[in-house]
Amino acid sequence: MIKILIDKIGEYRKETILTPLFMVGEVALETLIPTIMAMLIDEMTGESMEPVIRYGSILLVLALLSLTCGAFSARFGAKASTGFAKNLRKDLFYKVQDFSFEDIDKFSSSSLVTRLTNDVSQIQMAFQMLIRMAVRTPLMLVFSVIMAFRINHQMSMIFLAIIPVLGIGLYVIFQTAHPIFKRIFKKYDALNNSVQENVAGIRVVKSFVREDYEIEKFNKASEEVRSDFTRAERVLALNNPLQMLCIKTAKELICYFGAVIIIQSAATQLTTGQLSSLISYGVQVLVSMMMLSMVFIQISFSAEAASRICEVLTHKPSLVSPENGVKEVKDGSIVFDNVSFSYGAHASRDALSDIDLDIASGQTVGILGSTGSSKTTLIQLISRLYDASKGTVYVGGVDVRKYDLVTLRDAVSVVLQKNILFSGTIKDNLRWGNKDASDEEIERVCRLAQADEFIQQMPDKYDTMLTQGGTNVSGGQKQRLCIARALLKKPKILILDDSTSAVDTRTDALIRQAFREEIPDTTKIIIAQRVSSIEDADQIIVLDSGKIVERGNHEELMKLGGIYAEIYESQTKGKEEN
Amino acid sequence: MPPRTGRYVSDKKIDMKSLLRLLKYVYRIYHMRLFVVLVCIIVSAVSNVIVNSYMARLIDSVIVPGISSGLASVYVSLMKIIMTMAFIDVLGVLGASIYPQIMAVVGQGTIKHLRDDMFDNMETLPIRFFDSHTHGEIMSTYTNDVDTIRMLVGQSIPQLIQSVMSISVMIITMLNYSIWLSLVVAAVIYLMFTITKKFGGKSARYMKAQQMSLAKEEGFIEEMMEGMKVVKVFNHEEQAKIDFDRVNEQLFNDSNMANSTANMLMPILGNVGNIMYVLLAIVGGLLVVANVRNLTLTGFSPISIGVIISFLALSRQLSQTVSQISMQVSTVAMALAGSDRVFALIDEKSEEDEGYVMLVNAYKDENGEIHECEEKTGLWAWKHYHAQSDHSTTYVELKGDIQMVDVDFAYEPDKQVLYDISLYAHPGQKIAFVGATGAGKTTITNLINRFYDIPDGKIRYDGININKIKKPDLRRSLGMVLQDVNLFTGTVMDNIRYGKLDASDEECIAAAKLANADDFIRRLPDGYDTMLTGNGSQLSQGQRQLISIARAAVADPPVMILDEATSSIDTRTEALVQKGMDNLMKGRTVFVIAHRLSTVRNSDAIMVLDHGRIIERGTHDQLLDMKGTYYQLYTGAFELE
Repeated sequence: MIKILIDKIGEYRKETILTPLFMVGEVALETLIPTIMAMLIDEMTGESMEPVIRYGSILLVLALLSLTCGAFSARFGAKASTGFAKNLRKDLFYKVQDFSFEDIDKFSSSSLVTRLTNDVSQIQMAFQMLIRMAVRTPLMLVFSVIMAFRINHQMSMIFLAIIPVLGIGLYVIFQTAHPIFKRIFKKYDALNNSVQENVAGIRVVKSFVREDYEIEKFNKASEEVRSDFTRAERVLALNNPLQMLCIKTAKELICYFGAVIIIQSAATQLTTGQLSSLISYGVQVLVSMMMLSMVFIQISFSAEAASRICEVLTHKPSLVSPENGVKEVKDGSIVFDNVSFSYGAHASRDALSDIDLDIASGQTVGILGSTGSSKTTLIQLISRLYDASKGTVYVGGVDVRKYDLVTLRDAVSVVLQKNILFSGTIKDNLRWGNKDASDEEIERVCRLAQADEFIQQMPDKYDTMLTQGGTNVSGGQKQRLCIARALLKKPKILILDDSTSAVDTRTDALIRQAFREEIPDTTKIIIAQRVSSIEDADQIIVLDSGKIVERGNHEELMKLGGIYAEIYESQTKGKEEN
Repeated sequence: MPPRTGRYVSDKKIDMKSLLRLLKYVYRIYHMRLFVVLVCIIVSAVSNVIVNSYMARLIDSVIVPGISSGLASVYVSLMKIIMTMAFIDVLGVLGASIYPQIMAVVGQGTIKHLRDDMFDNMETLPIRFFDSHTHGEIMSTYTNDVDTIRMLVGQSIPQLIQSVMSISVMIITMLNYSIWLSLVVAAVIYLMFTITKKFGGKSARYMKAQQMSLAKEEGFIEEMMEGMKVVKVFNHEEQAKIDFDRVNEQLFNDSNMANSTANMLMPILGNVGNIMYVLLAIVGGLLVVANVRNLTLTGFSPISIGVIISFLALSRQLSQTVSQISMQVSTVAMALAGSDRVFALIDEKSEEDEGYVMLVNAYKDENGEIHECEEKTGLWAWKHYHAQSDHSTTYVELKGDIQMVDVDFAYEPDKQVLYDISLYAHPGQKIAFVGATGAGKTTITNLINRFYDIPDGKIRYDGININKIKKPDLRRSLGMVLQDVNLFTGTVMDNIRYGKLDASDEECIAAAKLANADDFIRRLPDGYDTMLTGNGSQLSQGQRQLISIARAAVADPPVMILDEATSSIDTRTEALVQKGMDNLMKGRTVFVIAHRLSTVRNSDAIMVLDHGRIIERGTHDQLLDMKGTYYQLYTGAFELE
């Protein structure tokens, strides 16, 4: 995991290395400065300004150096960590682009969003901490101890005795607090989740008059979060007295023994100036210990985020384009040879079982079936959005697994049930189908999809901005734009997955007529709820629980008197009465 | 829907008002504790500074004379000073041990109170509030904004108090040593604050830029992840990468600047402190050499090396404390903005309810007169107390008779959405609304259950002006099934029982059967005990609609509003549900909104709405005979959505 993350430093290696180096300089200077200050104090006798000026200028130079080191370390640290985050996000995003539908389902888009945003931010903070604070604090500790030893060995032993006490104390505190924190974060998430549900479902809450019930539920949950958090924080707050106690004890001891030594040796072994620097080194040692433990905690908190990110980075896409795949799709014929499919190995039943289909190039095929009958699953196998678990799907006479993926998907255009338009102009959105399409070409497909008319009525026509998700056009308009987008690809096979449900029947008929006249050679597969959308198809397939239960054209199926006939009756009953 | 107004706090200049209010808020709950905290902080801060002043005494009155006269002669005073220091330190440590413990309680307790107050008030807010704010925005108040307050109360405030206390004591001590030297310190501290302010402003600008490109990046990622399948279908991966790189680079640039500036503050302030040290040494040295008379708070006195040394130590401490304060500046600023929003949510005006007519259990005596009773009888009545006239109380049987007369409505003053809507729904009738998106169908139902209010007397329920009916009682008599289903975390059974909290398992199952949901529920891994999370994301949209129908069925209200309640259920299943729905609707007044005309065909009256007006009304057959808009819709010549 760590190796994967280190790789992402990439072109920011220079900054990543320079940051700690400058940090070393900064810390060295910071520890040196008190020593010089001690010398200044010792030689300041009040008789001459010479030592003050001498040490004063040294100090000024050191302060400027330290400032320079600090500034560089700050800059490089920022650049390294934000650059690292940039690379991380980039690699994650690129990786996701290689994901198959199955991979996307597995991770879910919302979890991918969290990984690309929150998790990366967390890692970025941890990384900055790692190259700055995690270098600074141990160095501070070591330097301070060294400086203290240089001043006086015996006295430095005082720190060495106190360090383990503080260390063990801190360890115990964090060991106690960490599991509590881990547990409460779950409760805290649940609390926020309940707010979310109330905000989203306020109409339900209000219409069932459940305000008091919800308030009671919330107050109880929030009380639980409070008491747990308080407990955890109180444990953590023990840090403070522990730290103070250690520092103060060290100080008292230094003062006492320091004074004794100075007096007994007549200031030969230790001077008053050195005494005060010993104290400040002592404080620095103990404060560094505290900081170090904080840094450690922060970094360990981000371990989970790191593992979530690595999970994405190391995930092997379940579906990859074959090497030297076939680069041309001959025609729009489709064959399903005894195809079964199940979502994941653990699914209790097959979503599709034993499907045999033979569709000639240029045919129009209608698919009908109730919710959950796997209509969508069926058509997704054609452009290899999923791989069949058993059997083979052929397009243009070739096993879909042999095609280069881009070639296959350019030839098979799917208008997904869950239509999505992106923020940008209408033209931008349509050009997803073919980014080099000319304006004339775009208008042509829009006329085919019966979209040109309403686009022309918009204030900016083809340059009208769509909002995220295309919420500023109606459902029917959105569907027609999506069809136009798919047509722009000039596909050999066009698949409409319930893509005209919000379009009125007349327009729906016009679209189908345009298909017949303008793209007769394209194989068209139409999934619909409305019988009228598919009744004139060459072949109609009725799916039920993943099996083909009826097939034939309209007349044949009506004669059969099965599900198709039943649905047809129920949808047209009213009309015939009139 | 009314327009989104964005943040409920405008970008007005942040003032200290909300901070003051927050302090008052904390004080009100925890005044005793806060007092103890304050004492502890003061003790610990003062002890810190005082101990340092003993250092000077140690050098001047023990070490210096000790060197010439030997240890024995000064040993008593050495011990005396050390013991005094130890005593003061013990007090300081005690203070420092107690207050963080109390602050943990206060900090967490405060945010619990804030959360509860926010939530309690939120539940009383009118629907308008929820329609005009994004969910993300409300959520962020609960998470981010509350968190900033936690940081402020739990960490920044104690630290600031401590710093301010320390600084005051230090300043007094310094003045006591030498006013001349103190002036030097004052100048440098002023410089430090100026730097902080300048840097703070710069860093705030960069932070803002960073926040903006972060939001942009997150928006882009969200959109792309949501649309990932479309990306795949169109082989759009390479283009997506190019677009992403652009956004990503922008974020990198902005956050690099923001972080650099933030990182720089510490080294700069630290070294300004070092430079101050040198300045003081020089000035102090000059004072001694030139034998300048030293001015202190207590008058003139000779300046000694011991004084200068202590002064230097103090000045280091002071500059470190000032740096610490500077580090808190951004936390305080964030908490100010955060508490503004938190209090705005707490202060947001609750839904008004001047209703006084209540829904009560009732029974009929042998004369057919209605009387109120405690136990459930299956009969409900409106208890109407006539306060204005004769102070009598009348009871009206709950039947579900709804009347609307010339209703006009506008979400915003000058954008009217309903015009002259009049309708009469007799008990047990099914009334359907048909029309394009934005025609005003949902708005009408929003008025019936008083999610939005209109002036008096235009809508009557069983002959009573609905503005006189208490909102909770009114809503209890109305069942709602909406297109956007909201389920809550809990089992399937819990979710159905939401309609009637004291319903038995059998009642819930019966309701599920009625809605044709029993079948699929039993096939779920744990049947009725299957946990639903994330708004029932493991179910299909159609299945979720079935559960929400069951939930309404278990509530058993006399009037039902079905707003596109079956839109995601396929026609075959709908036909099955329809039977259950018909059972459900028997004897009830039902308002149905549907764009699928097969759903509304058997209604007693169908209203065709267009731009807020009823343009046609009648039964299915009457409307077809009219050969108007409904006829066109029905024959498919017209597009609804």
